[in-house]
Amino acid sequence: MALTYTSREEIEVHRFSLAASLGVPLAAVVMQAFLPARFHWFDFFDLPLLVTIFFAMARRNPVSGLITGALIGILQDSLTHNPLGVFGIAKTVVGYIASSLGVRIDVQNPGVRLGMTFAFYQLHQAVYYLVVRGMMGQPLEWHWGHELAAGAANGLLAVVLFAALDRLKRRA
Amino acid sequence: MENLIHRHRNATALVTVLFLQILALAIQIKRPAEQGNPEAGSIRLIRVWVVAAITPLERGFVNLAGLSRNLWSDYVGLRGVRQENRALREEMERLRIEQAQMREAASQGQRLQALLAFKQQFISETLAAQVLGTSGSERSRILYLDKGSNDGVREDMAVITPEGVVGKVLRADSNSSQVLAINDPTSGAGAVLEKSRLQGVVSGSDAGELRLRYVMVDEKVEVGERVLTSGGDRIYPKGLPLGTVAAVKPGSDLFFDIRVQPAAQLNRLEEVLIVTRIVEQVPSAEAAEAPPRRAAEILSQRLPGLPPKAAEAAATAAPPPSSGPPQTSPETPR
Repeated sequence: MALTYTSREEIEVHRFSLAASLGVPLAAVVMQAFLPARFHWFDFFDLPLLVTIFFAMARRNPVSGLITGALIGILQDSLTHNPLGVFGIAKTVVGYIASSLGVRIDVQNPGVRLGMTFAFYQLHQAVYYLVVRGMMGQPLEWHWGHELAAGAANGLLAVVLFAALDRLKRRA
Repeated sequence: MENLIHRHRNATALVTVLFLQILALAIQIKRPAEQGNPEAGSIRLIRVWVVAAITPLERGFVNLAGLSRNLWSDYVGLRGVRQENRALREEMERLRIEQAQMREAASQGQRLQALLAFKQQFISETLAAQVLGTSGSERSRILYLDKGSNDGVREDMAVITPEGVVGKVLRADSNSSQVLAINDPTSGAGAVLEKSRLQGVVSGSDAGELRLRYVMVDEKVEVGERVLTSGGDRIYPKGLPLGTVAAVKPGSDLFFDIRVQPAAQLNRLEEVLIVTRIVEQVPSAEAAEAPPRRAAEILSQRLPGLPPKAAEAAATAAPPPSSGPPQTSPETPR
């Protein structure tokens, strides 16, 4: 999939209201906790990750992106029985890279959004895998089929979700 | 140096935030081994705050979902109820006959157990709870319930449904509790195969499947055989269904790799029972006439949300205990 390179002048930096900045990540974590209890297949999606990518790419500020990722990840960790920081580290890395790429790439294009979300999902899972296996020494298997399918599903959801969240953007 | 940090401030921020989280992770991983306490005060506090902020929202969603479902089931979904009622009556008659036969067999078994002074475990108190949500991660099979320490829930209490075992209480906050599902990789339960009486340990896997471990490859295990709790872990009362053997193949070591189909529908849980009290008792010959409530009988009860009479019976097994984990109290024979 071809990525569209854009000059720095064409890149728009967006900001969000305080309500959107706090409410959207919180809603994503709540929905992620609530929906799989009713619809098991929703486990496939990672709404907090999608929200991290969206905010990071829209703000285009690596420091803001990594802090958003870290906070959302730790919030997500708090609901699991894993030590705090496992999702935090994975989403910090994704937030940083997504915002860094957001400066260079036109991230409004649905195709680009799908491709980037797919790639970021794999990156997120890879970092998570490394932390759990390498640092915590816990057994964890990597299932290629599952990860690729989940990446594609999250990419498709991202196209729809990002289009909806675009309405919350304000030009900085 | 200052100039260097300023020039690479984004990368510096990334390294700093990652370093802090890795440090926090290292402290959390090291701490349980040192103190026998999986969570230190400050970390537990973060979790408590997050759960306190999120569970009321989930409770709202659950109530809203319940309301819309009730509207549907109480009005729209009543078509065909008369026919269903007739079928249920016929089923009840058949079960009454079956029950009479089983009561006779049970009383005979109890007389024999009394002769051997064999101690049995009975579930004497349960608490019905609603599932509010999950951890939201495939890697952490956690459920959140709407009952907490204020309702008498304590750590390590068993959580069950009429079909079988769900998991155990990992943490009880004041108004909610965290349950580690039996299919989580860090979960485990003492298990026994119903027919062959082979013992093992049932635990979860990454994919959320149940595995029966530590059964030697020279034993005979049949697909379809029921797997029950052995009671050896002192958490799950003996005799509760864990699942049925779905596949058996030799493992990489001396043991079988046995996949177990969970008895409880772990992916579709709405209401569960928390076992708040277990009683150990030696059955007497007289007791055989009016047998106490066994685990299997508790399981046959219906959960709230179903007809009120049965729900009352399940919930009024007794009021919640004032304190303590799943209490196992000995009782003398009558």
